[in-house]
Amino acid sequence: MSEEQDNNKVVYQAQSSETMGGSASPSPDMDYVRPAEIPEQDLYHGHSFITKWVFCQDAKVIGVQYFLTAVFTGIVGLILSWLMRLQLGFPEAAGFMTAEHYYQFVTMHGMIMVVYFLTALFLGGFGNYLIPLMVGARDMVFPYVNMISFWMFFIAVAVLMASFFVPGGPTGAGWTLYPPQTILEGTPGSGMGILLMLISLSLFVIGFTMGGLNYLITVLQARTRGMTLMRMPLTVWGIFTATVLAMLAFPALLVSAIMMTLDKILGTSFFMPTIIQAGEVLEYGGGSPILFQHLFWFFGHPEVYIVALPAFGIVSDLISVHSRKNIFGYRMMVWAIVGIGALSFFVWAHHMYVSGMNPWFGFFFATTTLIIAVPTAMKVYNWILTLWRGNIRLNTVMLWCLGFIVTFVNGGITGIFLGNVSVDVPLSDTYFVIAHFHMVMGIAPLMVIMGAVYHWFPLVSGKMLDEGLGKWHFWITFLGAYSIYFPMHYLGFIGVPRRYFEMYDSPYMASATGMNEFISMAAFIVGAAQFILIYNIIKTLKTGKKAGQNPWKANSLEWYTSTVPPEHGNFGERLPVVHRWPYDFSVPGAKEDFIPQTTPPSEVVHTKVEKT
Amino acid sequence: MHAGIIFFLVIIGSILFHIFTPWYWTDIASNWKGMDDTITLTFWVGGGVFVAVCLFMIYCVFKFSYKEDRKAEYKPEDKKLERILTWATTLGVAALLAPGLIVWNQYVNVPKNAIEIDVMAWQWGWQYRLPGEDGKLGTTQVINISDNNPFGINLNDPYGKDDVLIQSDAINLKNNKPVKILLRSVDVLHNWYVPQFRAKMDAVPGVVTYYWFEPNKTGEYEVLCAEYCGVGHYAMRGSVLVQNDEEYNAWLGEQETFSDLIAKQKNFNIGDTKLAQK
Repeated sequence: MSEEQDNNKVVYQAQSSETMGGSASPSPDMDYVRPAEIPEQDLYHGHSFITKWVFCQDAKVIGVQYFLTAVFTGIVGLILSWLMRLQLGFPEAAGFMTAEHYYQFVTMHGMIMVVYFLTALFLGGFGNYLIPLMVGARDMVFPYVNMISFWMFFIAVAVLMASFFVPGGPTGAGWTLYPPQTILEGTPGSGMGILLMLISLSLFVIGFTMGGLNYLITVLQARTRGMTLMRMPLTVWGIFTATVLAMLAFPALLVSAIMMTLDKILGTSFFMPTIIQAGEVLEYGGGSPILFQHLFWFFGHPEVYIVALPAFGIVSDLISVHSRKNIFGYRMMVWAIVGIGALSFFVWAHHMYVSGMNPWFGFFFATTTLIIAVPTAMKVYNWILTLWRGNIRLNTVMLWCLGFIVTFVNGGITGIFLGNVSVDVPLSDTYFVIAHFHMVMGIAPLMVIMGAVYHWFPLVSGKMLDEGLGKWHFWITFLGAYSIYFPMHYLGFIGVPRRYFEMYDSPYMASATGMNEFISMAAFIVGAAQFILIYNIIKTLKTGKKAGQNPWKANSLEWYTSTVPPEHGNFGERLPVVHRWPYDFSVPGAKEDFIPQTTPPSEVVHTKVEKT
Repeated sequence: MHAGIIFFLVIIGSILFHIFTPWYWTDIASNWKGMDDTITLTFWVGGGVFVAVCLFMIYCVFKFSYKEDRKAEYKPEDKKLERILTWATTLGVAALLAPGLIVWNQYVNVPKNAIEIDVMAWQWGWQYRLPGEDGKLGTTQVINISDNNPFGINLNDPYGKDDVLIQSDAINLKNNKPVKILLRSVDVLHNWYVPQFRAKMDAVPGVVTYYWFEPNKTGEYEVLCAEYCGVGHYAMRGSVLVQNDEEYNAWLGEQETFSDLIAKQKNFNIGDTKLAQK
């Protein structure tokens, strides 16, 4: 059939730059790629509107469905944050808001943003869209399961949103859902609200497991010929590793949700000790509230990296493409992603230094936590070393990447404060923590998401987003978000505790009033600025200029599809064959400043390619 | 270019903010200066890294922004540089971790001469119990709690009889004398936190948790609940008055013990409560 398959008896010899430099005549051997071992997958092509756009089995459509649903939840989360900031900055203007409302908004904002927005967006959205395209597959390996995965997520979101409308409203237990208060009457939404939350989380985990299996097996089994693991774009590495984490971490969330549901409706005592409420001894006894915290954070900390690792991967690719330079230290980057992923299962109790667990745990978890700073720092160095001697396009995509570096390093450094057990004691449960995690796992990943939207929008829609609007969007978001969270650390130093509906009479908190007003103003502006993107997208879809194929001159396979936007099946008649890593930018001797992954060595014999 | 300038101003602004901020630590009033010192150290090292990384990035933006005729350098790896950076980072991290662990070691080892204080929390309030003349607190149980036994002290525990009961959210402490805070909760998680003392720990129903500090500045301080405990969380306040020895002892002498409480109840002849039956 294909040329490559006919060559399968010839022993392939790796071509180093030395041996290639001298030879002017390309030999066919050097282009050898092992033949395909399995036949290509049969795809189900939908014909009706329903099978094409609703119950669709094309990973790209499913990715967009995930993306839009996640963005919808994100907008709900954004509005909740506005309401919270209104209460904190201008309580007199928020007279309609009771403490119950406030805590319900806090809780729903947190849970929505972490699970239903960021996780679903990175893995469900970018994962579905990009994995098959980037590894050179026609689709995910189990398209039908993939379709079910999205609809489970959709139902989970519907159940979550339904909790706003049940008697008692949504749960106000804080996104960490710590028992016993979560299911007791002193907490808003301790009836139907918390039940719907637990059901929704369980549905999310079930749906997510279906998607996750797809991502893993597609990466492991469905890569195109020549696409070795060490030739995969870091985006795929990030999403792949994050999915492994999710597969191991989400079960802990699922069991804790199930146990808590039983405590709530059957009166079991997994997490409930003997309790007096309103003078009455409740019929609980012998359970451990701290057990829940261990289970929750065994999920919760890897969850941070489930969000962060895809962001790490994506930003690496964006920086490399727009600096016209290979990512610096690719192998280090891969091992750092894998290493951070593995370590993330040994640090969970750093969320629990002052939880009342045995304090001797502190030594262990502080050490593991600070060890994780090393591979993370290496990634930061490699990003800025990629910029070094690059040819940096200062376009909107790059601005988001630079914004990511600033906010991520800032949030990473404050993580060293909080991870270092005795430093955590005065700062935990204060606004310092709020500032830290919003900077590092709110704003920083959001910067990457925005960069990725501007980067891949031409692929998804075939049209270029408006750069001018994009830059306004970036600067308002970056400067605004930075001025929300940078000063907020200092509220934590004062000792202002988190989850306070009102600060009122504390003498040393009076000085925080001015800052709270400022932060709230900034939050309103930053939130509103996100609608610039929505306007930009609508405008571009209507009147935007055509992108054409590969507008950024990138190397990875998603830009080499048969059509733009790619059709179902992605690559037309024949799957691409990969000959190199995706980072051959500005290779000495090459005519252009990029060599696509599909370019065989025989076409670029005069170049000094070091890594293939 | 403009981008580089704005990023530069953000970094300079951050440094200036840190120098001139009116928002910073409340003055410390306990022995945990080690925590503040570790924070300061982390600030210098971490802040230095942050500024250095950002300035390097900004330099790259100025120096290497796109030109049609320039080609980026092609250099996939630099093993030596990566090794140097790895080890330098490891050293830096270790240098921050070590003082943190040293302070933590002090935090988990309570001095022998510390006064134990039972801090009892509920939705939404505090009360306190001090050991009596025997220097020991009596054991407690949640199910014992009643109007006549507000702390749930086990009646057959001899150590409990002379315990000093303070049914108020305000407590007095002796200056320069370490205290071991024993936290318990009868319902949900709470956290007895005085920002000036720096220390904190959750109160967890079902177990007794602890931490210690030594107040070293007389005065009145506000107690905040630092672990979310339901709608009344933000209003769950208390107060601490740190006094010198004389004032403290005078205050302590006025407080009621558990036996006083029992005697008083017998005098008033309170009828069919659990305690009277026994």
